[in-house]
Amino acid sequence: MSINTPTVNATALDATSAAAARRDILHRLLMTLGPILAALVIAGCILLAVGVDPLAYYGYVLEKGLFSPLGIQQTLTRMAPLLFLAAGLIVAFRAGMWNLGGDGQFLLGAVTAAASAPVFVQLMPAWLALICSFLIAAVVAMIWSLVPALLRAYQGVNEIITTLMMTFLGTSLANVLVKLVFRDPGTTVPQTRTLPVEDRLPRLFDTTITSGLLLGLAAIIIVHLVMTRTAFGLKLRIVGANPRAAIHAGLGVPGLTIAVFAISAGLAGLAGAVDIIGVQGNVRADWNPAYGLAVIPAVFLARMNGFAAIGFVFLLSVLSIGGESAARRLGVPNHFTLVLISIVLIVLALAEYVDHRYNQSRKA
Amino acid sequence: MTGLFSEVFLSALMFGAVTAAIPLLLAGLGEQMSEKAGVLNIGIEGMMLAGAYLGFVGAFYSGSLWLGFFTGAAGGVAVALIMALLCVRIGLNQIVIGIALTLGLEGLTALLHHFQFSRSYPRLPAADATVIPLLSDIPVIGPAFFKHHLIVYLAVGLVFGVGYLYRHTQLGLNLQAAGDKPAALDVAGIDVIKTRTIAVLTTGALAGLGGAYLANVGAGLFIPFISNGAGFLGIVLAMLARGRPVWVLFGALLFGVCLSLTTAMQVAGINIPTDVIQMLPFLAVMIMLVLFGRRASLPAALGIPYERGTR
Repeated sequence: MSINTPTVNATALDATSAAAARRDILHRLLMTLGPILAALVIAGCILLAVGVDPLAYYGYVLEKGLFSPLGIQQTLTRMAPLLFLAAGLIVAFRAGMWNLGGDGQFLLGAVTAAASAPVFVQLMPAWLALICSFLIAAVVAMIWSLVPALLRAYQGVNEIITTLMMTFLGTSLANVLVKLVFRDPGTTVPQTRTLPVEDRLPRLFDTTITSGLLLGLAAIIIVHLVMTRTAFGLKLRIVGANPRAAIHAGLGVPGLTIAVFAISAGLAGLAGAVDIIGVQGNVRADWNPAYGLAVIPAVFLARMNGFAAIGFVFLLSVLSIGGESAARRLGVPNHFTLVLISIVLIVLALAEYVDHRYNQSRKA
Repeated sequence: MTGLFSEVFLSALMFGAVTAAIPLLLAGLGEQMSEKAGVLNIGIEGMMLAGAYLGFVGAFYSGSLWLGFFTGAAGGVAVALIMALLCVRIGLNQIVIGIALTLGLEGLTALLHHFQFSRSYPRLPAADATVIPLLSDIPVIGPAFFKHHLIVYLAVGLVFGVGYLYRHTQLGLNLQAAGDKPAALDVAGIDVIKTRTIAVLTTGALAGLGGAYLANVGAGLFIPFISNGAGFLGIVLAMLARGRPVWVLFGALLFGVCLSLTTAMQVAGINIPTDVIQMLPFLAVMIMLVLFGRRASLPAALGIPYERGTR
C-alpha cells in the first residue's frame, strides 16, 4: 500500500463499508421477511386443507392487524404488555437464568393492579394512584420470584422447575384472589371491580392506543441499554456466560441472581399492570392470556436484543390481533393463530441456522 | 358421614388419583429419558396433545382402545421426530422449538377438533377394567388400585423396566453419557446424535401414550387443550426425580391425588374453589425444595446441542 494515497483509501473504505452496511440491512430484512413469507405459505396449505381460502384469511390478517386504523391501534395496544414481558425475559436470559414463570408473575401483577387501582383512585389524584398501582404490582411479582431466586442463589436449585411450579401456583392463586378476596360484589360473574375508563392510562392523542405502549417501549430500550452499555449489565452478562468465572472475577453472584429475578419478575408484573390499567380495567376469573409462552421464543429469536425484540413483538401482535378478526370473519377457530405463530417461529429459527451455516462455509 | 359412604368415597378418590397419575407418569418418564440424554424437551406438552387427539381418533373410528393407544403413541413420535430433526440433528435452540411445537399442536389439535367433533362431541364407552383376582377383593384398596385398564399396570411395570434400562444396559449408560459428557461418548465410538434421537423419539411415544390415556380412558373424549399443563408437570416431575424412575411414580401419584381431590370436592359439593386444591401439590413440592433443596443433579450437557469438534 503506497503512503501518498491515504485519503483515497479512506473514502473508498467508507464507501465499501457503507455499501456493506446497506447489504447487511438488506440481508437482515430478507432473512426476516423471507421466512415469514415461507411460513405463511406453509400455514396457507393447512388453511386450504380445512377448506378456507388462505388469501382471504391473510387479507383479513393484514387489514385488521396492520392497515385498518382501528386494527393497527389494537395491535399497538397489544404490544404494551408483551414489550414489558420481553424486557423482563431479556434481563433473565442474558444473565443465563431461565425464568419460565412469566405467566404467573404477569397474572399476580395484573390482579394486584386490578385490586389496588380502584381503591387508590378514590384516595389520591389519578396519576399518583396509577403509579402506586404499578409499583405495588411490580413488588408483588418480585416477591413471587423470591423463592426461586433464593433457591437458585444459595442452593443451586434449577430455576426451570421452580419458576414453572411457581407459575402454576401463581395462576391458581390469582384465581383464588379474584374469586374469594377481590371479587366485585356487584356482578354475578366472578371478577374484580372495574376501573372506570376515565381513570385508566390515558390514550395517545385521538386514538385508542394506550400510552402503555410508550412505557413498554421505554422499558425495553432502557433494559437493552443497561444490559449492553453499563457495568451492571456487563456483570449480569458475565454471570450468564460463565457463573464460575463470575465468582472468580469477584462478582457477588447470589446477590446478582436475586437482582435478576427481581427485575425480570418486576417487569412481568408491570406487564400485567399495564394490561389491566391500560386496557382491560378488571380481571375476570380464569383469565390467562398466556402471553409469556409466545414471547419466550420471540426473545430468543431476537437474540436477546431489545430493538430486534420490539420487531418480533410487533409481528406477534399483528398476527394475534389480525388472526382474531380473520378467524371471526371466516369461521375458522381462533386456534389457527397459534398454528401460524408456531410455524413462523420454527421457520425463522431454521432460516437463522441456514444463514449461519452459509456464512461459516463462506468463511472456510 | 356413614362408614360405608366414606369407604366408597375413599376408594373412588384413590381410583381417580391413579387415573390422573398415569398421564403424568408417562410424561415424566419420557421427559426423564430426554433429559438424561441432554435434551430439554419442552415440546412434550405438544406431544401429549398430538397423542390425545390421534389416540382418540384411532380409538373412535376403530372401536379399539389398543389401536387408539398405538395411534396416540405414533402421534407423539411424529412430533418428536420434528423435535429430533431440528434440535438434535441440526442443533436449533431447544426452548424455542419446544415452545413453538407446543403452541402449534395446541392450535392444530383444537382446529381439527373444531372441524371434526365440535358439533357432536362423541364419547368413547368406558374402558374395560382388568380386575386382578384376590387383590381386588381387599376393601378400599382393591377397587382403587386393582380394577384399572391393563395399560395402567403396564405403565407401572414400565417404571421398573426403565429403571433396569438405566442401571444395567449399555443403552442406559449411553443415554447417561449423552447427557453428561457427549464428547466422551463420541470418542468411545458411539453416535451421540443417534443416542439422543432414540431418547427423544421414546419420549414422544411415552408422551403420546400418556395423551391417549388422558383422552380415551381418563376423559372418554377429546377436547381442545385437554392436556392442560400435564406435559409441563411431567418436566417438573422429571427434574425433581433426579434421574430415578421410581421417584417419578411417587411424584405422579402425589399430583394425581390432588387432581382427584379437586374432582371429588366438586362432586361432594364442598364450596372451595378448585384452584385452592390445585395449588396443594405445588405447595408441597416447593416446601420440600425449600427444606431439602440441594443442587439439582441435572446432566451437565442438558440443553446444549452436540456438535462434533466444538467445545
